[in-house]
Amino acid sequence: MSIDVLTPVLTDNWDQDRSWTLAAYEEQGGYAAMKTALGTAPDDIITAVKDSGLRGRGGAGFPTGMKWGFIPQDNPKPKYLVVNADESEPGTCKDIPLMMASPHTLVEGVIISSYAIRANHAFIYIRGEVLHVVRRVQRAVQEAYLAGHLGKNINGSGYDLDVVVHAGAGAYICGEETALLEGLEGRRGQPRLRPPFPAVAGLYASPTVINNVESIASVPSIIRNGAGWFSSMGTEKSKGYGIFSLSGHVTRPGQYEAPLGITLRQLIDLAGGMREGHELKFWTPGGSSTPLLTPEHLDVPLDFEGVGAAGSMLGTRALQLFDETTCVVRAVLRWTEFYKHESCGKCTPCREGTWWLVQTLARLEKGQGSEDDLDLLLDQCENILGRSFCALGDGATSPISSSIKYFRDEYLAHLTTGGCPFDPAASTTFATTGASA
Amino acid sequence: MSHPTQLTSETYAELRAIAARYPEARSGLLPMLHLVQSVEGRVTPEGIEACAEVLGISAAEVSGVATFYTMYKRKPVGDYLVGVCTNTLCAVMGGDQIFERLKEHLDVGNDETSEDGKITLEHIECNAACDYAPVMMVNWEFMDNQTPESAVRTVDDLRAGKDVHSTRGPRLCTWKQAERVLAGFPDDLADEGPSAGPASLVGLGIAREKGWSAPSTEASGRTGDPDSLTEAVEDADTSRAESETKVDDK
Amino acid sequence: MTTTPEKTALVNVTIDGVQVSVPPNTLVIRAAEQIGVQVPRFCDHPLLAPVGACRQCLVDIPDAGNGKPIPKPQASCTLPVAEGMVVETQVTSKVADKAQQGVMEFLLINHPLDCPVCDKGGECPLQNQAMSNGRGETRFEGVKRTFPKPINLSPQVLLDRERCIVCQRCTRFTDEIAGDPFIEMVERGAQQQVGIAPDAPFLSYFSGNTIQICPVGALTSAEYRFRSRPFDLVSTAGVAEHDACGAAIRVDHRRGKVMRRLAGNDPEVNEEWISDKDRFAFHYARQDDRITHPMIREDGELRPASWPEAFAVAARGLHAAGPSAVLTGGRVTAEDAYAYAKFARVSLGTNDIDFRARPHSAEEADFLASFVALNADVSYADLEAAPVVVLAGLEPEDEAATIFLRLRKASKRGTQVVALAPYSTRGLGKMNGRLVPTVPGEEAAALGSLKDAEFGVTKDAVILVGERLAQSHGALTAALELARTTGARLAWVPRRAGDRGAVEAGCLPTLLPGGRPVADASARIDAATSWGLESVPEKTGRDGDAIVAALVKGDLSGLVIGGVDPDDTSDPAATRAAIEAAGFVVSLEQRLTEVAALADVVLPVAPVDEKAGTFVTWEGRPRPFEGVFTKPGSLPDLRLLAGIADELAVLGQGSPLGFRTVAEVRAEMAAMGPWDGERPELVLGKEPKRPRAKAGAHALASWKLLLDRGSMQDGDANLAATARPAVARINQAAYDALFGLHDGPASVVLTGDRGSVTLPVEVADLPDAVVWVPANSFGRGVLADLASPGGSVTVKGAK
Repeated sequence: MSIDVLTPVLTDNWDQDRSWTLAAYEEQGGYAAMKTALGTAPDDIITAVKDSGLRGRGGAGFPTGMKWGFIPQDNPKPKYLVVNADESEPGTCKDIPLMMASPHTLVEGVIISSYAIRANHAFIYIRGEVLHVVRRVQRAVQEAYLAGHLGKNINGSGYDLDVVVHAGAGAYICGEETALLEGLEGRRGQPRLRPPFPAVAGLYASPTVINNVESIASVPSIIRNGAGWFSSMGTEKSKGYGIFSLSGHVTRPGQYEAPLGITLRQLIDLAGGMREGHELKFWTPGGSSTPLLTPEHLDVPLDFEGVGAAGSMLGTRALQLFDETTCVVRAVLRWTEFYKHESCGKCTPCREGTWWLVQTLARLEKGQGSEDDLDLLLDQCENILGRSFCALGDGATSPISSSIKYFRDEYLAHLTTGGCPFDPAASTTFATTGASA
Repeated sequence: MSHPTQLTSETYAELRAIAARYPEARSGLLPMLHLVQSVEGRVTPEGIEACAEVLGISAAEVSGVATFYTMYKRKPVGDYLVGVCTNTLCAVMGGDQIFERLKEHLDVGNDETSEDGKITLEHIECNAACDYAPVMMVNWEFMDNQTPESAVRTVDDLRAGKDVHSTRGPRLCTWKQAERVLAGFPDDLADEGPSAGPASLVGLGIAREKGWSAPSTEASGRTGDPDSLTEAVEDADTSRAESETKVDDK
Repeated sequence: MTTTPEKTALVNVTIDGVQVSVPPNTLVIRAAEQIGVQVPRFCDHPLLAPVGACRQCLVDIPDAGNGKPIPKPQASCTLPVAEGMVVETQVTSKVADKAQQGVMEFLLINHPLDCPVCDKGGECPLQNQAMSNGRGETRFEGVKRTFPKPINLSPQVLLDRERCIVCQRCTRFTDEIAGDPFIEMVERGAQQQVGIAPDAPFLSYFSGNTIQICPVGALTSAEYRFRSRPFDLVSTAGVAEHDACGAAIRVDHRRGKVMRRLAGNDPEVNEEWISDKDRFAFHYARQDDRITHPMIREDGELRPASWPEAFAVAARGLHAAGPSAVLTGGRVTAEDAYAYAKFARVSLGTNDIDFRARPHSAEEADFLASFVALNADVSYADLEAAPVVVLAGLEPEDEAATIFLRLRKASKRGTQVVALAPYSTRGLGKMNGRLVPTVPGEEAAALGSLKDAEFGVTKDAVILVGERLAQSHGALTAALELARTTGARLAWVPRRAGDRGAVEAGCLPTLLPGGRPVADASARIDAATSWGLESVPEKTGRDGDAIVAALVKGDLSGLVIGGVDPDDTSDPAATRAAIEAAGFVVSLEQRLTEVAALADVVLPVAPVDEKAGTFVTWEGRPRPFEGVFTKPGSLPDLRLLAGIADELAVLGQGSPLGFRTVAEVRAEMAAMGPWDGERPELVLGKEPKRPRAKAGAHALASWKLLLDRGSMQDGDANLAATARPAVARINQAAYDALFGLHDGPASVVLTGDRGSVTLPVEVADLPDAVVWVPANSFGRGVLADLASPGGSVTVKGAK
């Protein structure tokens, strides 16, 4: 049998009236999976999630069921589930609409996942900068308590679960799971030393699972439809469906839920092509920390292996598309400024390296410097990549090294032109056709 | 030195209530600082002291946290905090022009407040709404698909005291009110606004149109292949974990 | 004493081709040290938890011990060894070397090139390692990060932010070791810096340690900043003289002047930490009132005299005065104490000698003679190993800072500290301690209650009793009883550096040197034989209070007094009256104190850095030190006492002491050795009379804060500015009764039998009808200005 090109599961109820309410969610069969799960042995749920092949949807792609299995159940300390809803990777915009449109999908996933790992306390750490999403999740949790889906003795199952909705306060680094734990413990969001890994000593030094919103939200569908159903979608090692977020110079940017392994060419076709009269120049497969790709990669299967083989990473499936009006040096400089701004400051390579990278890039963007500066940039990247404390530093080097790889000439053009040869107005959504470069 | 403080015994009670939500009180610090802002209009030294007192930690520890996260403001914020995304995608799509136009229009620089005290302008990093670029946030509510003109209209309307709605949410409240919600004291506006904006629904619309869906439960029977799982672990980008130490050899 | 850890299997690793076996969990960076490879590092500190922040110590791991390489260079300061692991440092790995050079380059791009004016220049880990492991030339052509400089973290500690490499050693020290997280990393990213909260300076008793462990010149002290260059300094090892802890210090000096003091590294005692008092309080000996030459009173005025004249005048005066006594303070070294003890017996023919220039009791003298002398049963390591440590009459953070740090460390590893105290002090909180609320005077009962199993006082426990327990009748007896019944070990912790040595040296009316009881005839014979005498005085001497009373009454006439501040004594007014009433007073002093000004002969004595000596720690551990400076005319007490003794011998009184130098005293003490005979029993005498408490009066609890008005802290205004303010503490009920719902700062007037004082008041968890005040943080202190020891005071609200 063949699988459809788009497979709405998580997005399937987003067009329903008042989809964020408990009533609407339950009308669509919501919380049935929770009821099934609470009548199942926790280990069987872990097995089902393992068998489904679900891999973390927050970017790293670690098998979710295996992560749960690492929780030492003989550890007498309380276990915790923490949902990473700190969606901040540039280009990534899937969890926020999910929580806005269907927060109960997440809450149901939280209940099932917490039950599976024997946690009686779960936290949803939402970045603070999305007020209405915080409201919707707060309300959903409140409704779930009132309906008896949360609290003591959930639906008579004997299982207790408390959920706290926790608003962050502005720090990209808190998307890194141990930095998130620091934030959740009321500290500066700086990554922790590992080991110990959170599965052994996470929140309050207790066994903790930290999962992305989309990963947790996928769990009810696996329980409802079975592991086999989930793994029937996707590719050999990248099972299931995922939300692909198209943004930038495409006719219809937005969320497209499809089996892993779909190609960008397919997605752009569905989105009505690049904007009228323009061509794709470069793109990120999974946020700004994943090395840039070009039109030559349009047919790369968007799964963990395919994108990896193309020299990048699937990441969060944040497909930012830039057409030929966009200056890659400007784009990369801006991302680098972002990493400098978001560097937590803990380790030297990231803190000082991003400081230096920005200065070097800014000069190049102004047409100053020499070709040697490109090699200097690459050497700086080499001294950051794999030398910093966490992956933020690594991510900072991705746009630079990949852009020099594919667009070295464009950097040099800045030097020969004595400045940026592009008209930034031509790239905007409000550019008149005539203003195009 | 001492500032006039708005912190009352009710504020202290609410700070304690936040701390009590967590198994360990210090976990309440981020929301507590949001509450301080909702009362004081910024994080004041008195607010820092209050959090330290409630949590039994040092004021320096609270300061360290208050200065780490960008949502905490040390200068008074206007009624409306307007943030223009100038991360790469929004910047390219017009965020830079919007930000420039607003600076000019409000006669302020980044992180400054208009003379009437109504609008504080800042540029912000990616706010997870890239499919609505260029994006502007007002008090952390989405203002999607902006142009320089729409942005100017929004701030003018706000300054004139007119009702302005988020493109995907309720009528805009003040920044202090927003901070109170972030502190975990809901404002009953959750039911305002749509389920999703148009961009969130494009893929679903196409699927509906073409009759595409996820497979039915009966149609599938395969289960995950344990071998491929093991390989997935090896393939997983666990660089963050590995960047520090070796992965346990299990 | 300590138990040897079980020998565990060692782990074999190969570092730069060299095989080395190290204990499990050894960090790679330390394993490399074993084969002589110094991996460059900044954030790493052996006494702080690994953090892996600076990334300077990256090494390559071709084999993690499982046959597989680790793909990226690893921070060797956070990576434990594994069996079979192969490590390649910068010595053998190009990858590691490049990684290290890359990190060093990053550290330097924002580091100012102000080494020529930086205090750290010449002893700077960044400077040194930039030379050994960095690139020769910079590739950075951009704009360096700058900050307005410098900022005061406290009156004493300054921060030059642009020099900081944010290794977090300082903030980790304050958090992990001192428990004073008053500095924190603030801001983030490239702007991350060390900071304090608004209006909350870095007032920690241990703040100076952050300066010492700063690997760059970011942290400096107001006291030393810009004073000298490291390469102009000469370093001499010393022992801190401010408490009975015996902390190792390093004295850095130039041209006969101490420029700064640093913590010495002694794992058995203070590890690498000292208090700010030990670090910064060394100017007292260089004040304008330092006495530089002997003086004798002539026509009512003191006039300079030569040493021979001063000795002769002193001897003649004492000889003429008749019955004389000796009072010494806590600053004396063990050698000097021995000289005083011998001088009293040999030259003055009396046992009227007491080193306890503070409230004391006969019970305490018995306790010292019967239990403390010759006892070395408890060490710092034992504190760390004990499951329970009981504190009675001792507030370690104020009175024994090194004990405090060790107990805090122990408490983090599970040791339960139980404190008999009037309230939960901050220090107790930092040790996670349990308070047994104790009304002053009721310590004996409280100690008795600790026999209850719930407190866990077993044979592995340690009981530390402070000198203040002498003020509470029966408490020392009860402590001994608790130790006997539970099997717990007991140690006495005096406050001053010389006290324990004075016990051992026999500066007590009941004790001869080496723990020989005066009352024991064979002990007297032993001492006399050792000294080559027929006999030593047989009659038990007067203690300090009795000496004072006898001087006032006229039963005693001569007085040899050294290092005593009347305000420290049980009855300051009485002590003053005694000095004035004395027929002849010889004062041995460093500075022209109130006592010296009243004396008939004043002999200048050398401060600790101008002589050799030994302090004996509370453990009974001798801490010998050599003089930092040799200054002609700056002589130890023992030399002056010998001089007087010689002149007295000429007058036919006593005989020469037989020594003139520290070395000779040491030899004599060693030859005399400890008493190996019977030890006296502790006899609990009658409870001393106390002034009757007025109705509604509060029992007065008090001790000296670490930083206060003590004269040995004179001369460093910056240090003094970091002292805790003088406040009175009462409980909430008492506060409410006085002030009702008054909000805001309030003060109280305390009135006792010696005076009245007005202090700001704070609420603490004190028992009802107890008030706490610091003993020497206002006026002339509690005993002079407020109330007698064990007294009570009335408490009224002040406007």
